[in-house]
Amino acid sequence: MMVSNGDSLKTYLTIDQVKELFLYMGQKVIESKPLLTSIDSAIGDGDHGIGMEVGFKKAAEILQNNNLTTVNSIFLETGKAMISNMGGASGILFGTLFVASVKDKPIIHKLNLELLASFIQSGLEGVKARGKAELGDKTMIDALEPAVKALHQALEENEDLINALKKASEKAQDGMENTKNLIAKFGRAKSLGERAIGHQDAGATTISIMFEAIYTFVNELQNKGELQYE
Amino acid sequence: MKKVMNNPENVVNEMVEGFIATFGNGYKKVLNSNGVIVKNKPDRVAIITGGGSGHEPLFIGMVGEGLADGAAIGNVFSAPTPDTIIEVTKELDSGHGVLYVYGNYSGDVLNFDMAAEMLDFENIKTKTVLVNDDVASAAKENAKDRRGIAGDIFAIKIAGAAANDNLSLEQVAAITQKAVDNIRSIGVALSPSSIPSTGKYTFELAEDEIEFGMGIHGEPGIQKTKLLSADELTQIMVDYILKDIELEKGDEVCILVNGLGSTTLMELFIVSRKLTNILEDKGIIIYDADVNSYCTTLEMAGVSITVMKLDEELKKYYDKPAYSPYYFKKGR
Repeated sequence: MMVSNGDSLKTYLTIDQVKELFLYMGQKVIESKPLLTSIDSAIGDGDHGIGMEVGFKKAAEILQNNNLTTVNSIFLETGKAMISNMGGASGILFGTLFVASVKDKPIIHKLNLELLASFIQSGLEGVKARGKAELGDKTMIDALEPAVKALHQALEENEDLINALKKASEKAQDGMENTKNLIAKFGRAKSLGERAIGHQDAGATTISIMFEAIYTFVNELQNKGELQYE
Repeated sequence: MKKVMNNPENVVNEMVEGFIATFGNGYKKVLNSNGVIVKNKPDRVAIITGGGSGHEPLFIGMVGEGLADGAAIGNVFSAPTPDTIIEVTKELDSGHGVLYVYGNYSGDVLNFDMAAEMLDFENIKTKTVLVNDDVASAAKENAKDRRGIAGDIFAIKIAGAAANDNLSLEQVAAITQKAVDNIRSIGVALSPSSIPSTGKYTFELAEDEIEFGMGIHGEPGIQKTKLLSADELTQIMVDYILKDIELEKGDEVCILVNGLGSTTLMELFIVSRKLTNILEDKGIIIYDADVNSYCTTLEMAGVSITVMKLDEELKKYYDKPAYSPYYFKKGR
């Protein structure tokens, strides 16, 4: 089914598609473990890829073994799995991204661009509140915040879901690339000062991989004619 | 680097199981998590410490009588999960509240704070004292950003003694904070350690180089030099500490010479000899001294020195007896 331009609110993912999307996104992050490990070893403590693998594996287990019937619970259970199993700073921060996304949100059974933007906006705010990082501190925020902004902008401009996700993915990647130019304000990289310049942040890299996976997955749904449209 | 292990993924679980297999008379493991607690905690404020593994005997080795009542530990160099911290806290709280005493690292702070928030919903009161003794890890004006290293030992010793005095949570926290405010440390690394899961070294250091201020996870230090004599490197470390804390003739201190993993007691005593000489030459009174490898970084080679400036109150709690298989003080 072709999606017409201009109806950002009308394209949506079903609950099963959201679940598949989360599994796919997790798989893409897990496949990137060697990359994440080498990035994190350069300026961090080298455990970011290992931690993310633990978190997404556990989340996949829960998603596959439980009949989650709301989009909210998919976000929540993914976040809780990360917080409970990963350890380190990443466990709390990536877990908070998903848990805070659905905090005080109405229960939904399908996901469109407006809801996605609203969820991840809350997730972003949750991560900032907990981690105290702002844009420019060489953290996951540097990829996440531009991506969330891109979603909102696409929404305002009444773009369709695919274009919005494509732009968000591009902005996340730009943000990730830009962390190479930054001095770290948090974590082990902080003590490197100027020596961290030239190295990208591992958390921002994971965010970029996640957004690229979301775009790829939804684009594939569209190509297969499986994207829902009302 | 060769290591004695089975599956690298299981090193922490198997270490905890081994600790309990060895010292199970006095300790138990908290179900489903890497928490270790004393079997018979008195009915008073509880002291809990924790952090990543790889620093043994810290943190489980500081669980004992007159010390911490429990430790929540994470994977190698990685903070424990909130779940682990919550389980340990619930096992130990007897309604008087719980004091968390641990090193100031962002991962640990995030996980302990989240645990504290969740426990708050269940009406379990917690307070936190962050140990930030490493003078090399941030400038004096940013002391709150400093990392915690072997100063944990003195902080936990004081906290445990204060808790045993049946003080309130607020009082125990205040005394522990006072101890932390008077503790300064710095280390020097001679060779790196490698992480079990990756086999990779945490940093590189030429065969003939040493680095002052290297952190206990391989965080970069502040001064790299050619290998120096024990007396020379001790002098440099003392200079960094004395630049940071005012010590006058007649002041009383406790000192700790701490090995970072593979440095021998022989070497540590050579450092202690010089440290003692320098302080005594300045008229500083060494109230008590300790030499051991308490806060290590796997097999890293190197040494840290820690000084705690005392007043009558800190002396009173320092003097209380304490016992664990890895830390013991006779009372005086």
